[in-house]
Amino acid sequence: MCLGVPAKILETRDGAAVVELGGVRREISMMLIDDASVGEWVIVHAGFAIERLSEEEAEQTLSLFREIAGADESRDS
Amino acid sequence: MNRNIKYIDDFRDPATAKALVERIRRDAGDAPVRLMEVCGTHTVAIARGGIRPLLAGVVTMLSGPGCPVCVTPDGYIDAAIALGGERGALLASFGDMLRVPGTSSSLEKEKGKGLEVRVVYSPLDAVTLAAATPDREVVFLGVGFETTAPAIGGAIKTASVQGVNNFSTLSSVRTIPEAMGALAADPEVRIEGFLCPAHVSVVIGTDAYLAVAQRYGIPCVVAGFEPLDILMGISMLLRQKKEGVARVENEYSRVATSAGNRKAQELIRDVFVPCDTGWRGIGVIPGSGLRIADRYASFDAEKKFNTPVVFSQEKSACRCGEVLKGKILPVDCPLFGKACVPEEPYGPCMVSSEGSCAASYKYGAS
Repeated sequence: MCLGVPAKILETRDGAAVVELGGVRREISMMLIDDASVGEWVIVHAGFAIERLSEEEAEQTLSLFREIAGADESRDS
Repeated sequence: MNRNIKYIDDFRDPATAKALVERIRRDAGDAPVRLMEVCGTHTVAIARGGIRPLLAGVVTMLSGPGCPVCVTPDGYIDAAIALGGERGALLASFGDMLRVPGTSSSLEKEKGKGLEVRVVYSPLDAVTLAAATPDREVVFLGVGFETTAPAIGGAIKTASVQGVNNFSTLSSVRTIPEAMGALAADPEVRIEGFLCPAHVSVVIGTDAYLAVAQRYGIPCVVAGFEPLDILMGISMLLRQKKEGVARVENEYSRVATSAGNRKAQELIRDVFVPCDTGWRGIGVIPGSGLRIADRYASFDAEKKFNTPVVFSQEKSACRCGEVLKGKILPVDCPLFGKACVPEEPYGPCMVSSEGSCAASYKYGAS
C-alpha cells in the first residue's frame, strides 16, 4: 500500500501525467505538485505524484557515498 | 547513461554498502544501539536487504508502527463489512486490506460469501468507479498515513467538485510524529534513534520531527528506501549518538525537504481535522488521527450510513501490539510461524507484506 516509487514523466495532460510504472504506462494525478514537465522524475504514491526528484540533490548524496567508499578503500590498502 | 540507474541502482551499490557497514561498525559503542525504523517500507527493505545480520551486535533494529494495515483496528474492518453487507455498498479498497482480520471475519472471507469488494490502486479509481455506477453507493476504504492522506483527500475533493455524490470514504488516517512521540514517551520502549519514513516526510517535511528530537533527546534521520539510504541513515544516527546530540537530519534530500509538500499539506488541512484515534495493539494516541472535516460530511461513510468505527483493545495471544512498539521481535510471539503464517494470518503484522512479522517470516527472522 505504502509503496512510493520514482517514475519519469512521459506525457502531461490537464492535471495529470503519464508515467511508466513497472513496465505499464499509467495516468497519475498531478494535483499535489506544481506543473512538472516531460522528462522530470517524480515520486508516485497511490496514483498521485507527491514530489519531484531533485537530480542535483541525488548527485550530492551519491558523491558523498563515493567519498565514503573511497575512504574505505584507502583504509584497506 | 540511463537516468533510471541514478535513482535506483546507484543506491544499491554493494561496494558502497560494505563501506557504510564498516563506517557504522567503527562508530559503534560497547552495547548494541536500539534504533527504530518507523515505516513498514523500511521494515521490508531492511529484511530484504539482509541488513540486520550485517549489523548484528552493533545495532538492534526495531520495527515500528508504520504499517497502516497492521495498526487499523478490527472495529474498522467490522464497519467496512457492515457497509458492504447490511448497507449494501460497493466497497473499494487497497488490496492488502482484504485479509486483515476483524472481530470475527475479514473482507476476503466475506467476499467469498458475496460481499462486493473492488481492489483499486488509487483512491481516484474509486471515484471513477462511483461515477460509472450511479445506482450504487461506493465506499472507499481510506486507510493510511500522511503519504496517503492527500490522495484520499484528493479523491474526496474531486468527488465533491464533480458532484459524485454516491462516493464516500471510511477514513482511518493516522499521523506518524504523534505515534513516535507516544513511543518516545514509553519508558519500556527505550529507542535511541528514529529512522524516519521517506515518503511521509516528503509530505509533512523533516521539521515535523523536531519536537520528538528536542523533547525526548532522540536523534532522527529521514532516509530513503534503498539499501544505501538505510545504511547511511543508520550511520548518521550513530554519529549523532557519538556526538551526544539529537537533531533531525535528512539523508533523503533528493525528494524530502524541511518544509514538505505545501500543496499536499493544504489539501490535508482542507479535507481533514486532527482527532484522537486508536491504533491496533497500541491504544488511543491523542491527536494521531485525521477525520473527515464536517464540510465534507456527506463523503464521510461513518456519518452518511451511521456506521461508526468502534475501537476496542482486543485481547488475544497475538502480540502484534508489542511488536509494533518494538518491545519484542516477531519471533518472540508464541504464534509466530505456528498459528500465524502469511497464508493464514492471525494478527495484522502477518497480513501486510509491510508488516514486521510477514517480513521476518519471508526473509528470515535474524
